[in-house]
Amino acid sequence: MYAPAIVAEAVVNGLLTGSVYALIALGLTLVYGVLHIINFAHGALLTCAMFAVWVAHTALGLDPYLAIPLLTPLFFGLGYVLQRFVIGPASRGNDSNILLVTLGLAIAIENALLAIFRSDTRTLSTDYGFQTVELGPLLIAKPRLIGFAAALATTLILWLALARTDTGKAIRAVAKEKLGARLVGIDVEHVYAVTFGLGCACLAVAACLLMPSFYVNPRVGNAFVLVAFTIVVLGGMDSIPGALLGALFIGAVESLSGLYFGDSLGQLGIFVIFIVVLLVRPTGLFGAKA
Amino acid sequence: MTARDLLPIVAVVAIIALAPLFTSSNTVLNFLTFALIVALAAQGWNILGGFGGQFSFGHAAFFGTGAYATAILQMRFGVNAWVGFALGLAAGALIGAAIGYLSFRSGLRGSYFALVTLAFAEVFRIVANAAEMTGGAAGMLIRLDVRPSNFQFGSRAAFFWIALALVALTLALTRWIERSRFGARLVAIRENEEAAQALGVDTLRTKLAAIALSGGVTGAAGCLYAQYFLFIDANIAYGTWISVEALLAPIIGGAGTAFGPLAGALALHGLGEATKLFAFRVPGIDLALFGCVLVVTVAFAPDGILGLIRRLGRAGRPAPAPAKT
Repeated sequence: MYAPAIVAEAVVNGLLTGSVYALIALGLTLVYGVLHIINFAHGALLTCAMFAVWVAHTALGLDPYLAIPLLTPLFFGLGYVLQRFVIGPASRGNDSNILLVTLGLAIAIENALLAIFRSDTRTLSTDYGFQTVELGPLLIAKPRLIGFAAALATTLILWLALARTDTGKAIRAVAKEKLGARLVGIDVEHVYAVTFGLGCACLAVAACLLMPSFYVNPRVGNAFVLVAFTIVVLGGMDSIPGALLGALFIGAVESLSGLYFGDSLGQLGIFVIFIVVLLVRPTGLFGAKA
Repeated sequence: MTARDLLPIVAVVAIIALAPLFTSSNTVLNFLTFALIVALAAQGWNILGGFGGQFSFGHAAFFGTGAYATAILQMRFGVNAWVGFALGLAAGALIGAAIGYLSFRSGLRGSYFALVTLAFAEVFRIVANAAEMTGGAAGMLIRLDVRPSNFQFGSRAAFFWIALALVALTLALTRWIERSRFGARLVAIRENEEAAQALGVDTLRTKLAAIALSGGVTGAAGCLYAQYFLFIDANIAYGTWISVEALLAPIIGGAGTAFGPLAGALALHGLGEATKLFAFRVPGIDLALFGCVLVVTVAFAPDGILGLIRRLGRAGRPAPAPAKT
């Protein structure tokens, strides 16, 4: 058995990682809630964002946190264009086509990154990368703490935007009733693209928050996206609070099972949860019964 | 199924079978054999995905189970390689039935089914990478012992013909499915599951039969891979690459047709070799191209290469007059 302080530290660290998972899952859940598709390119787009942060830092000397205001609109635009001009037209509204198109995009993006950056794993060196903060008896890495605060703030902003703005209202309308939304004059294709853009913007923020304490290689997104799928399924596919709670829970589970079973088998815990939830309650713990 | 149904299969297979007579180049035979192994895995996917409309993103689970089963049986239990092959095929079918039972009974379909198969493959990969039985991360070697009774051959052509024979058998199996009531039920489920159920189709049983067949065929491809390269590890046997290729080949060739997977696998690997040969030796460029090809296929040729050829053929002739009712 481990000392309580070590277990507590693992839990806190897990919750902090979970908050960044939440951002990634949020993008996925938003796209699912509105477009009713599972975006298999999500992981590849995250990798893409992480490389963008890395390039911004090495080539332009831009601090990862300062890159947020630059990369977020950039990835919003990228997502908008992808949905409006590639995914939408190519899949013609057919669900299995969307599945295949996003899978095709994922393969193309991931391997294009592999061709450009090769398979080396890269990290950023920042002044604050290894600084820690003392919280009572616990030692917490500073980048994770910043990530936690920023991730929660982003979630809150997104939630407010969906609840309060006109665009948010349009997005919710399309999610609820596509045909009705079209009838009252909402440009559904535009809303789809905006939603997809928001999902990518979440990824850009997540990438900026991850990079100071994480590494990037062309396959890194896969690990995250499988975790994000788990969270989204756990949280009930289209619920923002569900995604947030699911993410914190998964973060803690991953951290604890890593502590007790080692890293590679720790991952197993997540997949087992994933499969069990899918088989037993595919609508998630927080979702409505289908 | 009549002799006429089998004629095109015999013709195509006979033409491919002549390849070793025209070239003794190991590179060409290697390429063809590997493409045939992928084609076999893809034929497995096609039974479930093409005919049944259940898109699996984790056929590596069956491929890897076949590969590991035959390797473990031979190396740890001294079982004969041919018996190992048969048992590996059976193991693939069994895992298929088990995953199918769990997911179809819970009513998973569409993206959910894709996700759960993906997760199963990933679980197997992690376990195979850690377990002692499978040799862990170091992988497993099958001892070199070149005897035909041991499923190892001195000439590459012999192995090529065996791979081709298995592909041919699966072509015949697929053709039979196309013509049988079982196939009709499967297609009915693909087109509209509720309607099929309302008409009295036992959807769970039909889907289970399809995924077991599918797992068996893809498992056989895994056995073949292990036997050809005599080495596997978790990232090869249960890796995402084979899940992706088993899906890409039928989609690009023409899902739900007998020849689709073979056409797709040959086209994809031909394209891959061509990019490596002519353009760049940059890693990943061929797969990046495959991804683009997938998007373009879904956008412009929803019935794959074969569908495209048929459509072009039809465009040349005058359209048939609409039937009066």
